[in-house]
Amino acid sequence: MIRDSRDWWARGQSLLGLVLMVLLMSILSDRFLTVENGLNILRQISVNLCLSVGMTLIILSGGIDLSVGAVLALAGAVAAGLLKEGLPLPMFGVMLQFTAGGAILAGILVGLAMGWFNGLVITRFRLPPFVATLGTLSIARGLTMLWTGGYPITGLGQTFGFLGTGFWWGVPMPVWICALWVVVFVMVTRRTRFGRYLYAVGGNERAALLTGLPVDRVKLWVYTLGGGLAGVAGLLVTARLDSAQPNAGLGYELDSIAAVVIGGTSLSGGRGSVTGTVLGCLIIGVLNNGLFLLNVSPFWQQVIKGMVILAAVALDRMNPRND
Amino acid sequence: MNTSAAVATVVVEARGISKSFPGVKALDRVDLVLRRGRLTALLGENGAGKSTLMNILAGVFPPDEGEIRLEGRPVRFANPREAREAGIAMIFQELNLVPQLTVAENIFLGREPCRGPGLVDYRRMNAEAAELLARLDLNVDPTTPVGRLRVGQQQVVEIAKALSTRARVIIMDEPTSALTRHEVEVLYRIIADLKRHGVALAYITHKLEELPHVADDVAVMRDGRMIGVAPLSELTPDEMIRMMVGREIPRQVGGRGRPMGEVVLRVEGLGLRHPTRAEDHLLKDITLEVRRGEVLGIFGLMGAGRTELLESLFGLHPDGLSGSVYLEGRPVRIRSPIEAIAHGLALAPEDRKAEGLILEMSVRENTSLACLGRLTRLGFVRSAAERQLVEQYLKQLRVKTPSLEQRVRNLSGGNQQKIILAKWLATHPRVLLLDEPTRGIDVHAKREIYELMDELARAGLAILVVSSEMPEILTVSDRIVVLCEGRKTAEFSRAEATEERLMAAALPRSDHGMSGPQPRPGGPGSAAG
Repeated sequence: MIRDSRDWWARGQSLLGLVLMVLLMSILSDRFLTVENGLNILRQISVNLCLSVGMTLIILSGGIDLSVGAVLALAGAVAAGLLKEGLPLPMFGVMLQFTAGGAILAGILVGLAMGWFNGLVITRFRLPPFVATLGTLSIARGLTMLWTGGYPITGLGQTFGFLGTGFWWGVPMPVWICALWVVVFVMVTRRTRFGRYLYAVGGNERAALLTGLPVDRVKLWVYTLGGGLAGVAGLLVTARLDSAQPNAGLGYELDSIAAVVIGGTSLSGGRGSVTGTVLGCLIIGVLNNGLFLLNVSPFWQQVIKGMVILAAVALDRMNPRND
Repeated sequence: MNTSAAVATVVVEARGISKSFPGVKALDRVDLVLRRGRLTALLGENGAGKSTLMNILAGVFPPDEGEIRLEGRPVRFANPREAREAGIAMIFQELNLVPQLTVAENIFLGREPCRGPGLVDYRRMNAEAAELLARLDLNVDPTTPVGRLRVGQQQVVEIAKALSTRARVIIMDEPTSALTRHEVEVLYRIIADLKRHGVALAYITHKLEELPHVADDVAVMRDGRMIGVAPLSELTPDEMIRMMVGREIPRQVGGRGRPMGEVVLRVEGLGLRHPTRAEDHLLKDITLEVRRGEVLGIFGLMGAGRTELLESLFGLHPDGLSGSVYLEGRPVRIRSPIEAIAHGLALAPEDRKAEGLILEMSVRENTSLACLGRLTRLGFVRSAAERQLVEQYLKQLRVKTPSLEQRVRNLSGGNQQKIILAKWLATHPRVLLLDEPTRGIDVHAKREIYELMDELARAGLAILVVSSEMPEILTVSDRIVVLCEGRKTAEFSRAEATEERLMAAALPRSDHGMSGPQPRPGGPGSAAG
């Protein structure tokens, strides 16, 4: 969807910011510019990137999803629980045991279901996405606590752990997994009919409706996909730590919205891109990593990250073509 | 009150007021005088400039040129609040009340009587509000939230607000449009009372029957100019109508001799309930038909139900709809735009930017949006096929754009409208619904749109075109249906239609039954007479 200079400006801005930051960090720290650290950064951002790709779709459609962090925790916990304990079915007196593959599938399904629930509430009951997903956030957090009893589920085995800690051709598995989704959704947003509808619904919902587009179906899909990607992110987190934490993903929705916004996607919908979001995630990742290497206190890291978000949005506002 | 206008003191004098909005000259050197204790009724078609002029007097926006004198002193208002403080109050058609606040709070909003710093004296405020309401014969408790009142009662609250500022000039924009018969009578009494107290009034209306009850002077506007001002006694309704419409119409003969086919769309007894007020109808018992190759014009003033008619046909008001719709003889029930499009309908909405286009998207993406299904394989858009289709329709409609990738935001209004037409033609429609197809479009582009409509009709489309511009309706239509307050009041063939006839059918006859059939407004008998 690169169409004219507007997109190039937004993209160019993020890209320039990233390059400057990499240069700065390389000068300030001799441990920054190494292949190992590069892969490290990519692995660190993979969870946020997974969430942010879904968040990009949702924001492009003109919505928002505050529940992704909680859905991440729930999906991770469900997968871990099924893998470790299985699923007791008292009415049949049996215990269903899950393989790693089965648990992974179940985790993704949980994510999809929670996302679908968001979409359903938003399209059927016409709740504003902010409120609807705030409700889902609380529901998913509560369900996670109920499922885990408030305790982490640990010791999930090597096969499952490979998802978070394994390498393939020298590159960490989480990086491969989120790279796959990035490629898929870059294609979806740029080349498919669904992608076109997504931009149309976010750009002008009323006009999209009057043009006969299936507005509600598009939204339902967008939230479902966003939930599914949160499920994938939940599996990555759980596999990485070999443990499902009931409090996993606290506040991740804000990091993910930040990445999308830094990547030049408009919060009012209809304008932006998945590639922009990749840049946004990289900027946040490089910043966190660099400040850590420079021994900057994590408290200051938060302050600086906040200022970067403000600067990115302020720059976008100065875009000469933003009306 | 003396009927001789010259005697009463001038309160407001506007001289040479001009105002332009992007693309239109809304007011062109307009003069207006409002006098103490007299009411001046402003008449004119939609878009004649009445509301713009009143908004300027009330400080909503400044004039580009010209001077306003209030009691002899030149004034210039930066905002409505300054105008109100100077003594000019305006009661807008869309009411400016806060529904959650009480009647008294609304009346004194921003001017609350206080006890000490920042503490509202509620007792005094409610007492003063009650006094005002009693004077206006509105029997509600001042502590009722305004949102619980009916629209007519809210209007009276607006008047109370104007009175509470001790305004010397009160402007009313179609104040009776939402009032019941009783409330209208009360309003007339209030107006008479205001006149006795020396308030100068301006009153925008479309209802000629109201004039004998309220007006002392009549000012008629047309196309941003003041056509004439005279005491009511010196004008007949026919003269007023002539002044409102009288202009040379460049009639085109482009549509003559179009071959017409069978009936494509037939509507029988179509009705649409008001979404919130159960007893009210937005449309009532509308019957019409359009043939292949025919352009049916639909004329009406604002609020006549023109847009609602097109939207109902297009499936945008599935609830509250009654009556039947037939497409090529078969009854259909259309409950969404998706179904409407599947049945071969297409709607170019009134507000192009808000409803017709995705402004952030390119010419290519907007044009192909309605028929992407045909251009998609396995979910992917076939870009070569898309480009080819878009180019074909842009060429057919003679769209001028630097490239297919240009954002539609950057195109002129005429080209934007053509993009919308191109989008719909790509769906191969049978019936084209056009709502104000040339609003905000320059003269040259208008002509092009008219030519396109003629071509499309010749190619076998049935076209329904809604317009509030009479010359446009008379130029493009084979037949004309006139709507007024949700009902069909007349139907004319092209030969029968004249501006006077259209206007006479479009003006509401007040069904309050106070003036009955209206031969001519009586002499100087204003309510204060």
